[in-house]
Amino acid sequence: MLDISVAYNRYKFLGYEFLTWLWFLIENEQNTINEIVQEPMSLEIGNRIVLENLRKEVLESITIQGDDAGLEEGIMALRKGAVVTEINLVYKGNDFESNFTVKGEGLSVSGLKVPQSGHVESRKDMEGAVIEKVYLYNRVLQLTDSLFKHFIRLRISNDWLSKVVPRIRQWMHS
Amino acid sequence: MGLLSSTVSVTRYKVEGKLEDPILDTIAKGLKENVIKDVDEDISEKKVGWTSFENPFMPDFRGSSFVIGTHMVFSLRIDKKAIPQKIIRKHYAIESAKRLAESGRQFLTRDEKKMIKDHVTDTLMLRIPSTPHLYDLIWDYDSSSLCFFSNLKSANEELETLFSQSFQLSLIRLFPFTIADLTMGLSDPERDNLEKLSPTNFTG
Repeated sequence: MLDISVAYNRYKFLGYEFLTWLWFLIENEQNTINEIVQEPMSLEIGNRIVLENLRKEVLESITIQGDDAGLEEGIMALRKGAVVTEINLVYKGNDFESNFTVKGEGLSVSGLKVPQSGHVESRKDMEGAVIEKVYLYNRVLQLTDSLFKHFIRLRISNDWLSKVVPRIRQWMHS
Repeated sequence: MGLLSSTVSVTRYKVEGKLEDPILDTIAKGLKENVIKDVDEDISEKKVGWTSFENPFMPDFRGSSFVIGTHMVFSLRIDKKAIPQKIIRKHYAIESAKRLAESGRQFLTRDEKKMIKDHVTDTLMLRIPSTPHLYDLIWDYDSSSLCFFSNLKSANEELETLFSQSFQLSLIRLFPFTIADLTMGLSDPERDNLEKLSPTNFTG
Protein backbone atom coordinates (compact mmCIF):
# COMPACT_ATOMS: atom_id res chain seq x y z
CA MET A 1 0.00 0.00 0.00
CA LEU A 2 1.07 3.58 -0.57
CA ASP A 3 2.56 5.59 2.26
CA ILE A 4 -0.35 6.82 4.39
CA SER A 5 0.40 10.54 4.20
CA VAL A 6 1.06 10.34 0.45
CA ALA A 7 -2.24 8.46 -0.03
CA TYR A 8 -4.09 11.00 2.14
CA ASN A 9 -2.95 13.95 0.08
CA ARG A 10 -2.97 12.35 -3.36
CA TYR A 11 -6.50 10.98 -3.09
CA LYS A 12 -8.32 13.57 -1.01
CA PHE A 13 -10.10 14.60 -4.22
CA LEU A 14 -12.08 11.33 -3.87
CA GLY A 15 -13.74 12.72 -0.73
CA TYR A 16 -14.59 16.00 -2.48
CA GLU A 17 -16.03 14.16 -5.49
CA PHE A 18 -18.00 11.89 -3.16
CA LEU A 19 -19.66 14.87 -1.45
CA THR A 20 -20.35 16.54 -4.82
CA TRP A 21 -21.96 13.33 -6.12
CA LEU A 22 -23.91 13.02 -2.85
CA TRP A 23 -25.35 16.52 -3.25
CA PHE A 24 -26.40 15.55 -6.79
CA LEU A 25 -28.07 12.37 -5.48
CA ILE A 26 -29.88 14.22 -2.69
CA GLU A 27 -31.27 16.75 -5.16
CA ASN A 28 -32.13 14.32 -7.94
CA GLU A 29 -32.02 10.65 -7.01
CA GLN A 30 -33.30 10.01 -3.48
CA ASN A 31 -34.45 6.57 -4.63
CA THR A 32 -30.82 5.65 -5.44
CA ILE A 33 -29.88 6.57 -1.86
CA ASN A 34 -32.68 4.33 -0.54
CA GLU A 35 -31.50 1.47 -2.76
CA ILE A 36 -27.93 1.83 -1.55
CA VAL A 37 -28.82 2.11 2.12
CA GLN A 38 -31.64 -0.45 1.89
CA GLU A 39 -33.90 1.19 4.40
CA PRO A 40 -36.73 3.71 4.23
CA MET A 41 -35.03 6.97 5.03
CA SER A 42 -34.32 10.42 3.70
CA LEU A 43 -31.14 12.41 3.46
CA GLU A 44 -31.22 16.19 3.18
CA ILE A 45 -28.70 18.98 3.00
CA GLY A 46 -28.48 20.59 6.45
CA ASN A 47 -27.47 24.13 7.27
CA ARG A 48 -23.97 24.30 5.81
CA ILE A 49 -22.13 23.44 2.64
CA VAL A 50 -18.59 24.46 1.72
CA LEU A 51 -17.22 24.41 -1.83
CA GLU A 52 -13.70 25.02 -3.02
CA ASN A 53 -12.37 25.63 -6.47
CA LEU A 54 -9.11 23.73 -6.53
CA ARG A 55 -8.56 24.22 -10.25
CA LYS A 56 -7.59 27.87 -9.87
CA GLU A 57 -4.14 29.01 -8.82
CA VAL A 58 -5.58 30.89 -5.87
CA LEU A 59 -7.95 28.81 -3.74
CA GLU A 60 -11.56 30.03 -3.90
CA SER A 61 -13.84 28.96 -1.09
CA ILE A 62 -17.60 29.44 -0.84
CA THR A 63 -19.54 28.74 2.34
CA ILE A 64 -23.32 28.64 2.31
CA GLN A 65 -24.74 28.62 5.80
CA GLY A 66 -28.15 28.99 7.41
CA ASP A 67 -31.29 26.93 7.83
CA ASP A 68 -33.09 28.41 4.81
CA ALA A 69 -30.07 29.32 2.72
CA GLY A 70 -30.49 28.94 -1.04
CA LEU A 71 -27.95 26.75 -2.75
CA GLU A 72 -27.90 28.64 -6.07
CA GLU A 73 -24.49 30.12 -5.34
CA GLY A 74 -23.20 26.62 -4.76
CA ILE A 75 -24.47 25.50 -8.15
CA MET A 76 -22.81 28.54 -9.72
CA ALA A 77 -19.56 27.57 -8.02
CA LEU A 78 -19.88 23.99 -9.33
CA ARG A 79 -20.29 25.35 -12.86
CA LYS A 80 -17.01 27.22 -12.42
CA GLY A 81 -15.20 24.05 -11.38
CA ALA A 82 -15.64 23.96 -7.59
CA VAL A 83 -16.27 20.77 -5.63
CA VAL A 84 -17.95 20.20 -2.26
CA THR A 85 -15.38 19.96 0.53
CA GLU A 86 -17.73 19.89 3.54
CA ILE A 87 -21.43 19.22 3.93
CA ASN A 88 -23.91 19.19 6.78
CA LEU A 89 -26.53 16.45 6.44
CA VAL A 90 -29.83 15.55 8.04
CA TYR A 91 -30.56 11.82 8.11
CA LYS A 92 -34.15 10.84 8.92
CA GLY A 93 -35.21 7.25 9.41
CA ASN A 94 -38.46 5.79 10.78
CA ASP A 95 -37.53 6.18 14.42
CA PHE A 96 -34.41 8.21 14.10
CA GLU A 97 -33.06 11.63 13.17
CA SER A 98 -29.48 12.74 13.07
CA ASN A 99 -27.57 15.80 12.01
CA PHE A 100 -23.86 15.75 11.19
CA THR A 101 -21.11 17.25 9.06
CA VAL A 102 -18.77 15.31 6.78
CA LYS A 103 -15.46 16.77 5.64
CA GLY A 104 -14.42 15.39 2.27
CA GLU A 105 -10.67 15.42 2.84
CA GLY A 106 -10.63 12.80 5.58
CA LEU A 107 -14.30 11.73 5.61
CA SER A 108 -14.31 12.61 9.30
CA VAL A 109 -17.65 13.25 10.96
CA SER A 110 -18.16 16.24 13.23
CA GLY A 111 -21.09 17.90 14.98
CA LEU A 112 -22.81 14.51 15.12
CA LYS A 113 -26.10 14.69 16.96
CA VAL A 114 -28.25 11.64 17.58
CA PRO A 115 -31.39 11.26 19.74
CA GLN A 116 -30.70 11.77 23.45
CA SER A 117 -30.22 8.67 25.55
CA GLY A 118 -31.73 8.26 29.01
CA HIS A 119 -30.42 9.96 32.14
CA VAL A 120 -27.32 8.29 33.61
CA GLU A 121 -27.34 7.68 37.38
CA SER A 122 -25.63 4.32 37.86
CA ARG A 123 -22.98 2.18 36.13
CA LYS A 124 -25.78 0.10 34.63
CA ASP A 125 -27.39 3.26 33.20
CA MET A 126 -24.01 4.35 31.85
CA GLU A 127 -23.43 1.01 30.14
CA GLY A 128 -26.89 1.16 28.60
CA ALA A 129 -26.29 4.73 27.41
CA VAL A 130 -22.94 3.79 25.83
CA ILE A 131 -24.43 0.76 24.04
CA GLU A 132 -27.31 2.91 22.75
CA LYS A 133 -24.99 5.70 21.60
CA VAL A 134 -22.67 3.23 19.86
CA TYR A 135 -25.68 1.81 18.01
CA LEU A 136 -26.86 5.29 16.97
CA TYR A 137 -23.40 6.48 15.88
CA ASN A 138 -22.95 3.27 13.91
CA ARG A 139 -26.17 3.93 12.01
CA VAL A 140 -24.75 7.23 10.78
CA LEU A 141 -21.30 5.80 10.08
CA GLN A 142 -22.79 2.84 8.23
CA LEU A 143 -24.87 5.24 6.13
CA THR A 144 -21.82 7.27 5.07
CA ASP A 145 -19.83 4.05 4.57
CA SER A 146 -22.47 2.47 2.33
CA LEU A 147 -22.76 5.61 0.24
CA PHE A 148 -19.00 6.07 -0.03
CA LYS A 149 -18.39 2.44 -0.98
CA HIS A 150 -21.09 2.64 -3.65
CA PHE A 151 -19.44 5.83 -4.92
CA ILE A 152 -16.02 4.13 -5.10
CA ARG A 153 -17.45 1.17 -7.07
CA LEU A 154 -18.93 3.69 -9.52
CA ARG A 155 -15.81 5.82 -9.56
CA ILE A 156 -13.53 2.95 -10.63
CA SER A 157 -16.01 1.76 -13.25
CA ASN A 158 -16.50 3.01 -16.81
CA ASP A 159 -19.99 4.18 -15.82
CA TRP A 160 -18.52 7.11 -13.91
CA LEU A 161 -17.38 9.04 -16.98
CA SER A 162 -19.92 7.65 -19.43
CA LYS A 163 -23.11 7.89 -17.33
CA VAL A 164 -22.72 9.62 -13.95
CA VAL A 165 -20.61 12.67 -14.80
CA PRO A 166 -22.87 13.65 -17.76
CA ARG A 167 -25.92 13.52 -15.41
CA ILE A 168 -24.11 15.67 -12.84
CA ARG A 169 -23.16 18.18 -15.56
CA GLN A 170 -26.76 18.27 -16.79
CA TRP A 171 -27.98 19.02 -13.24
CA MET A 172 -25.37 21.75 -12.78
CA HIS A 173 -26.54 23.50 -15.93
CA SER A 174 -30.30 22.94 -15.60
CA MET B 1 -14.88 15.09 23.68
CA GLY B 2 -17.09 12.58 25.42
CA LEU B 3 -18.96 9.88 23.58
CA LEU B 4 -22.02 10.64 25.70
CA SER B 5 -21.93 14.37 24.82
CA SER B 6 -24.88 15.82 22.93
CA THR B 7 -22.63 16.48 19.92
CA VAL B 8 -19.56 14.44 18.98
CA SER B 9 -16.80 14.33 16.38
CA VAL B 10 -15.52 10.97 15.21
CA THR B 11 -12.30 9.84 13.56
CA ARG B 12 -12.24 6.19 12.54
CA TYR B 13 -9.35 3.78 12.50
CA LYS B 14 -8.59 0.25 11.40
CA VAL B 15 -6.52 -1.64 13.96
CA GLU B 16 -3.81 -3.72 12.37
CA GLY B 17 -2.42 -6.77 14.13
CA LYS B 18 -3.54 -9.23 16.79
CA LEU B 19 -3.02 -9.33 20.52
CA GLU B 20 -1.70 -12.16 22.64
CA ASP B 21 -4.30 -14.31 24.40
CA PRO B 22 -5.94 -13.71 26.82
CA ILE B 23 -6.82 -10.50 25.01
CA LEU B 24 -8.46 -8.67 27.91
CA ASP B 25 -5.42 -9.25 30.13
CA THR B 26 -3.10 -7.98 27.39
CA ILE B 27 -5.21 -4.85 26.95
CA ALA B 28 -5.42 -4.25 30.71
CA LYS B 29 -1.62 -4.59 30.94
CA GLY B 30 -1.13 -2.04 28.12
CA LEU B 31 -3.54 0.36 29.79
CA LYS B 32 -1.99 0.03 33.25
CA GLU B 33 1.55 0.48 31.94
CA ASN B 34 0.56 3.65 30.11
CA VAL B 35 -1.94 5.13 32.53
CA ILE B 36 -1.87 8.93 32.87
CA LYS B 37 0.62 10.10 35.50
CA ASP B 38 -0.07 13.06 37.71
CA VAL B 39 1.54 16.16 36.26
CA ASP B 40 0.59 18.55 39.05
CA GLU B 41 3.63 17.80 41.19
CA ASP B 42 5.93 17.70 38.19
CA ILE B 43 7.65 20.36 36.12
CA SER B 44 6.51 18.75 32.83
CA GLU B 45 4.42 20.85 30.52
CA LYS B 46 2.38 17.89 29.28
CA LYS B 47 1.50 14.32 30.22
CA VAL B 48 -0.34 11.85 27.98
CA GLY B 49 -1.83 8.54 29.07
CA TRP B 50 -4.85 6.31 29.29
CA THR B 51 -7.63 6.80 31.77
CA SER B 52 -10.97 5.17 32.62
CA PHE B 53 -14.01 6.29 30.70
CA GLU B 54 -16.17 6.03 33.80
CA ASN B 55 -13.77 7.65 36.24
CA PRO B 56 -11.28 9.74 34.26
CA PHE B 57 -9.65 11.39 37.29
CA MET B 58 -9.10 8.15 39.22
CA PRO B 59 -8.18 5.65 36.51
CA ASP B 60 -8.74 2.00 37.35
CA PHE B 61 -8.36 -0.80 34.82
CA ARG B 62 -8.96 -3.72 37.14
CA GLY B 63 -10.84 -6.74 35.81
CA SER B 64 -12.94 -5.93 32.78
CA SER B 65 -13.89 -2.44 33.94
CA PHE B 66 -13.05 -1.08 30.47
CA VAL B 67 -15.41 -3.49 28.66
CA ILE B 68 -18.95 -2.40 27.80
CA GLY B 69 -21.01 -4.85 25.77
CA THR B 70 -18.69 -6.13 23.04
CA HIS B 71 -16.53 -3.01 23.05
CA MET B 72 -13.52 -1.75 24.90
CA VAL B 73 -14.24 1.77 26.10
CA PHE B 74 -11.56 3.97 27.63
CA SER B 75 -10.11 7.44 27.22
CA LEU B 76 -7.00 9.28 26.20
CA ARG B 77 -6.12 12.00 28.67
CA ILE B 78 -3.77 14.86 27.88
CA ASP B 79 -2.90 17.08 30.83
CA LYS B 80 -1.33 20.38 29.89
CA LYS B 81 0.10 23.28 31.83
CA ALA B 82 0.30 26.62 30.12
CA ILE B 83 1.93 29.61 31.79
CA PRO B 84 1.11 32.95 30.16
CA GLN B 85 4.28 34.63 28.83
CA LYS B 86 3.44 37.80 30.79
CA ILE B 87 3.66 35.88 34.08
CA ILE B 88 7.00 34.36 33.11
CA ARG B 89 8.29 37.83 32.15
CA LYS B 90 7.13 39.30 35.47
CA HIS B 91 8.82 36.63 37.59
CA TYR B 92 11.93 36.71 35.42
CA ALA B 93 12.23 40.48 35.91
CA ILE B 94 11.85 40.15 39.70
CA GLU B 95 14.38 37.31 39.91
CA SER B 96 16.89 39.09 37.64
CA ALA B 97 16.70 42.28 39.72
CA LYS B 98 17.26 40.23 42.88
CA ARG B 99 20.34 38.51 41.42
CA LEU B 100 21.81 41.85 40.24
CA ALA B 101 21.25 43.42 43.66
CA GLU B 102 22.87 40.44 45.39
CA SER B 103 25.92 40.45 43.09
CA GLY B 104 26.27 44.21 42.85
CA ARG B 105 26.74 43.91 39.09
CA GLN B 106 25.05 45.87 36.28
CA PHE B 107 24.48 42.97 33.86
CA LEU B 108 23.84 39.23 33.83
CA THR B 109 25.58 36.86 31.42
CA ARG B 110 23.60 35.00 28.78
CA ASP B 111 23.97 31.74 30.76
CA GLU B 112 22.76 33.42 33.95
CA LYS B 113 19.72 34.82 32.14
CA LYS B 114 18.91 31.36 30.76
CA MET B 115 19.33 29.76 34.19
CA ILE B 116 17.00 32.32 35.76
CA LYS B 117 14.39 31.81 33.03
CA ASP B 118 14.52 28.01 33.42
CA HIS B 119 14.31 28.29 37.20
CA VAL B 120 11.33 30.68 37.00
CA THR B 121 9.54 28.43 34.49
CA ASP B 122 10.15 25.26 36.56
CA THR B 123 9.00 26.94 39.77
CA LEU B 124 5.83 28.22 38.10
CA MET B 125 5.20 24.80 36.51
CA LEU B 126 5.11 23.29 39.99
CA ARG B 127 2.69 25.92 41.23
CA ILE B 128 0.06 25.89 38.50
CA PRO B 129 -2.41 23.03 38.05
CA SER B 130 -2.70 21.24 34.72
CA THR B 131 -5.77 21.34 32.51
CA PRO B 132 -7.04 17.86 31.63
CA HIS B 133 -8.33 17.12 28.12
CA LEU B 134 -10.32 13.91 27.70
CA TYR B 135 -10.98 12.02 24.47
CA ASP B 136 -13.01 8.82 24.58
CA LEU B 137 -12.58 5.87 22.29
CA ILE B 138 -14.46 2.71 21.45
CA TRP B 139 -12.49 -0.29 20.24
CA ASP B 140 -14.24 -3.24 18.64
CA TYR B 141 -11.50 -5.87 18.71
CA ASP B 142 -13.37 -8.45 16.61
CA SER B 143 -13.93 -6.08 13.69
CA SER B 144 -10.51 -4.38 14.14
CA SER B 145 -12.19 -1.00 14.23
CA LEU B 146 -11.76 1.92 16.56
CA CYS B 147 -13.71 5.16 16.87
CA PHE B 148 -11.90 8.08 18.46
CA PHE B 149 -14.11 10.92 19.58
CA SER B 150 -12.11 13.87 18.32
CA ASN B 151 -11.04 15.28 14.98
CA LEU B 152 -8.23 17.33 16.54
CA LYS B 153 -4.98 16.62 14.72
CA SER B 154 -2.84 16.82 17.87
CA ALA B 155 -5.13 14.49 19.85
CA ASN B 156 -5.24 11.97 16.99
CA GLU B 157 -1.45 12.00 16.72
CA GLU B 158 -1.08 11.41 20.47
CA LEU B 159 -3.59 8.55 20.21
CA GLU B 160 -1.70 6.87 17.36
CA THR B 161 1.60 7.06 19.24
CA LEU B 162 0.27 5.91 22.62
CA PHE B 163 -1.80 3.08 21.12
CA SER B 164 1.17 1.67 19.26
CA GLN B 165 3.38 1.99 22.36
CA SER B 166 0.78 0.34 24.63
CA PHE B 167 -0.45 -2.57 22.51
CA GLN B 168 2.17 -2.95 19.73
CA LEU B 169 -0.67 -2.59 17.20
CA SER B 170 -0.91 -0.01 14.41
CA LEU B 171 -3.80 2.35 13.94
CA ILE B 172 -4.55 3.20 10.32
CA ARG B 173 -6.70 6.27 9.96
CA LEU B 174 -9.69 5.72 7.68
CA PHE B 175 -9.91 8.41 5.02
CA PRO B 176 -11.09 8.16 1.39
CA PHE B 177 -8.18 6.11 0.05
CA THR B 178 -7.78 3.76 3.04
CA ILE B 179 -11.53 3.09 3.25
CA ALA B 180 -11.49 2.06 -0.40
CA ASP B 181 -8.22 0.16 -0.22
CA LEU B 182 -8.57 -1.61 3.12
CA THR B 183 -12.25 -2.09 3.85
CA MET B 184 -13.97 -2.81 0.54
CA GLY B 185 -12.39 -6.09 -0.49
CA LEU B 186 -11.43 -4.74 -3.92
CA SER B 187 -9.93 -7.17 -6.41
CA ASP B 188 -6.40 -6.52 -7.72
CA PRO B 189 -7.65 -4.99 -11.01
CA GLU B 190 -10.06 -2.78 -9.04
CA ARG B 191 -7.24 -1.70 -6.74
CA ASP B 192 -5.14 -0.84 -9.80
CA ASN B 193 -8.01 1.27 -11.13
CA LEU B 194 -8.28 3.00 -7.77
CA GLU B 195 -4.59 3.89 -7.69
CA LYS B 196 -4.77 5.29 -11.24
CA LEU B 197 -7.64 7.68 -10.49
CA SER B 198 -7.21 11.39 -11.03
CA PRO B 199 -9.64 14.28 -10.33
CA THR B 200 -12.79 14.47 -12.45
CA ASN B 201 -13.44 17.58 -14.50
CA PHE B 202 -17.13 18.21 -13.80
CA THR B 203 -17.25 21.31 -15.99
CA GLY B 204 -16.67 19.38 -19.21
